[in-house]
Amino acid sequence: MNSVGEECTDMKREYDQCFNRWFAEKFLKGECSGDPCTELFRRYRDCVQKAIKDKDIPVDGVDFMGPSKSKTESDGSS
Amino acid sequence: MVKYFSGFNILKNSWDQVSAAFWQRYPNPYSKHVLSEDILYREVTPDHKLLTRRLLTKTNRLPRWAERIFPANVAHAVYVVEDSIIDPFSKTMTTYTWNINHASIMSVEERCVYCENSENSNWTEIKREAWVSSKVFGLTRAIQEFGLARFKSNVTKAMKGFEFILGKMQGDVPHRTLVETAKEATEKAKETALAAKEKAKDLASKAATTKKQQYV
Repeated sequence: MNSVGEECTDMKREYDQCFNRWFAEKFLKGECSGDPCTELFRRYRDCVQKAIKDKDIPVDGVDFMGPSKSKTESDGSS
Repeated sequence: MVKYFSGFNILKNSWDQVSAAFWQRYPNPYSKHVLSEDILYREVTPDHKLLTRRLLTKTNRLPRWAERIFPANVAHAVYVVEDSIIDPFSKTMTTYTWNINHASIMSVEERCVYCENSENSNWTEIKREAWVSSKVFGLTRAIQEFGLARFKSNVTKAMKGFEFILGKMQGDVPHRTLVETAKEATEKAKETALAAKEKAKDLASKAATTKKQQYV
């Protein structure tokens, strides 16, 4: 699948391939031998971060599993 | 003022297959509304859980009445963040997905839990919840109704896409290709039939001419 930054798509494919193999063959089997794709990920992530900045995509400051916390509140009030 | 949705789906594949397919499901023939996909963050925790954040870009199809009211929003894609936690020991995958732009007009938050089906451990069940809200005064209800309808149609597409990718990963000939192959064969057969008909006509007219000539 394409990256939001066209120039990152090739790096992403390379990383995805590495990750998918690691995920199925190691991670799901509970092997903790470390992630062999870290370097590929770093290179790809640097590219994406630049693209996100250039495109002004508002990803900064969003909590992990973010709105789920506020969700419980709005559930109570609705 | 939040519209709530809950649903339940079953995929006839093991949890391991489904969680692996989760990362490979785009593109598929039912994901034309998904324009891009990126991994922003990824970490394996000390207790061996995989945390991931992805950024998806999707098209922003609006009904015509909404396009007239929000012309500035038509051209812009929707940015969607999808966080997930995968626990391979308890075989649970929890995903949280929500849009980070256009959110004052409409916000859709979705929470899915993928786990082994309680009756058949070779199957995977998906419990899905979603919250659709809008802060546009006077139009809240109309926008929520539209948002929920679009959400439901996207769920159907997501499930079809999942099944397509799962089939592909197991080396099945994808359904669509079969349909296409059948279509092609039909077209070819039609062409052959037409050519044969033309040839027969030609032969018949030739035969008629020869016959005529014989009697002259």
